[in-house]
Amino acid sequence: MTETFYEVMRRQGITRRSFLKFCSLTAAALGLGPSFAPKIAEAMETKPRIPVLWLHGLECTCCSESFIRSAHPLAKDVILSMISLDYDDTIMAAAGHQAEAIIEETVQKYDGNFLLAVEGNPPLNEDGMYCIIGGKPFVEQLRYAADHCKAIISWGSCASWGCVQAARPNPTRATPVHKVPGIADKPIIKVPGCPPIAEVMTAVITYILTFERFPELDRQGRPKMFYSQRIHDKCYRRPHFDAGQFVESFDDEGARKGYCLYKVGCKGPTTYNACSTVRWNGGLSFPIQSGHPCFGCSEDGFWDKGSFYDRLTDVHGFGIEANADKIGGTAAAAVGVAVAAHAGASAVKRARQKGGDN
Amino acid sequence: MNAETSIEPSVAAAAAHAPHKEEAVYVYQAPVRLWHWVNAFSILALCLTGYFIGSPPPSVTGEASNSFLFGWIRAVHFVAAYILIVGFALRVYCAIVGNSHARQIFLPPVWRGRFWKELLHEVLWYAMIAKQPLKYAGHNPLATLVMHVMFVWGILFMIVTGLALYGEGTGMGSWQFDLFSSWVIPLFGQSQDVHTWHHLGMWVLICFAVVHIYAAVREDIMSRQSIISSMFSGWRTFRDGGPGDNGL
Repeated sequence: MTETFYEVMRRQGITRRSFLKFCSLTAAALGLGPSFAPKIAEAMETKPRIPVLWLHGLECTCCSESFIRSAHPLAKDVILSMISLDYDDTIMAAAGHQAEAIIEETVQKYDGNFLLAVEGNPPLNEDGMYCIIGGKPFVEQLRYAADHCKAIISWGSCASWGCVQAARPNPTRATPVHKVPGIADKPIIKVPGCPPIAEVMTAVITYILTFERFPELDRQGRPKMFYSQRIHDKCYRRPHFDAGQFVESFDDEGARKGYCLYKVGCKGPTTYNACSTVRWNGGLSFPIQSGHPCFGCSEDGFWDKGSFYDRLTDVHGFGIEANADKIGGTAAAAVGVAVAAHAGASAVKRARQKGGDN
Repeated sequence: MNAETSIEPSVAAAAAHAPHKEEAVYVYQAPVRLWHWVNAFSILALCLTGYFIGSPPPSVTGEASNSFLFGWIRAVHFVAAYILIVGFALRVYCAIVGNSHARQIFLPPVWRGRFWKELLHEVLWYAMIAKQPLKYAGHNPLATLVMHVMFVWGILFMIVTGLALYGEGTGMGSWQFDLFSSWVIPLFGQSQDVHTWHHLGMWVLICFAVVHIYAAVREDIMSRQSIISSMFSGWRTFRDGGPGDNGL
């Protein structure tokens, strides 16, 4: 039998005290009550590690980069040992045919019992030729692994929504995991973000391993514990929003005073993520705290909404790209001009009729 | 009431010389009239505050704790929205229990050939080709159709998208979120798109309002029947002793 999480941790020189601390912190991070800490500890002491295949399609590896920086003191060292990360071409030692053989081995050995983590997405145009892994299109590898896995984790905005490679006009037809035709009907959890927050990634894995099920998901398949609120709802600059104090440009007095970034295009009010609570780099900061508006990286199609620095985003299909105010204002002005012209014509007609009557 | 559908110019001229006579029909019942004006002012408030929510006014200076300007703008928007929603619900109730004019804009008789024929005549009247408009106690077919499409469906669209956006703030577990946000936002793709379409909906209603007010003023003058005062008194009067309802 494979080692339990606890055995792995002890082997790595982690004290029981630190282990229990990790369990309570994880319970807190998952939004569970204190009574869940011993449950997490028990699960980790008794359960074998679940094998994970971590596949990479069209992506920039920012999800992996984020993940390995999980600042949670133990998560950083342990999560990678906790899960039996059988395949992750970015950080694995094996290469070439040896590496690819591991996928086959895991599929044979743990058929229906391993987790499939997908970073990036497959391009479908030209039969998937825009992303070749070990001589075969990535989409085939993905379908094969999906057929045999227990569940799929879609890491980041690429796997969840499509992200930059799927931005208009999407020449390679990059397609998010859940929309890939012919993919096995397995439960999919989306952890969007470009990249997702490190602690969110590790917490999702910890939850799945501890409870052997997904955390509660919203309609779009995202874990509610991290994606049920907008950045705006917990933003520390929110009082400036309610007061009507906005940064008008990046070098003004308001920017120096830390006013709300709404007018310079902050997408906090439309972005579901945990940045304003969990923050980044061990809780150090997050984009808004550093003075830059949120640009909504965890939202579907965020590349296609025009400038990151406009509050009103672009509407496509009008030949030129224009926001709602430009389109609506133009339409209203056109209606106004038409009404005025019609009123003029009506007045002329009426005057003529009156003249005729006399 | 006369069953004639239109009057010839010669008849009109004759009528003008005849002793002054005004036919009057009771069209708009009191709750409908009250709703019309409450609705009009809430739409005005919603458009003004809604525009500022999209493009906020210049930044306020001083301590954040001393000001609640943007909070107030949003509060007025939400209060006006609830007034509009309750008003719309009562208006639907009036359509069910009220007189036939109260349900006219909800059920345009698009299955009747005559509706479209008379609508064409109305278009020709506006194109200044037809010499005389047909007279109606309620709305003419063109007005009925425009009100149905742009106003009834426009307002419904704004109510649904508006509650979906409001539900984002009240959060999961609130009825606004569960009944609206939970399916409207995935339907549009994401929250930002719902904002954009809600914003476009405002401009549709503004275009409607411009045409609506213009047509009311014009018809009041040109088609020799009361339009504007009818929405205060409820009575539609025909200055030429016109034929009244065309039977729609």
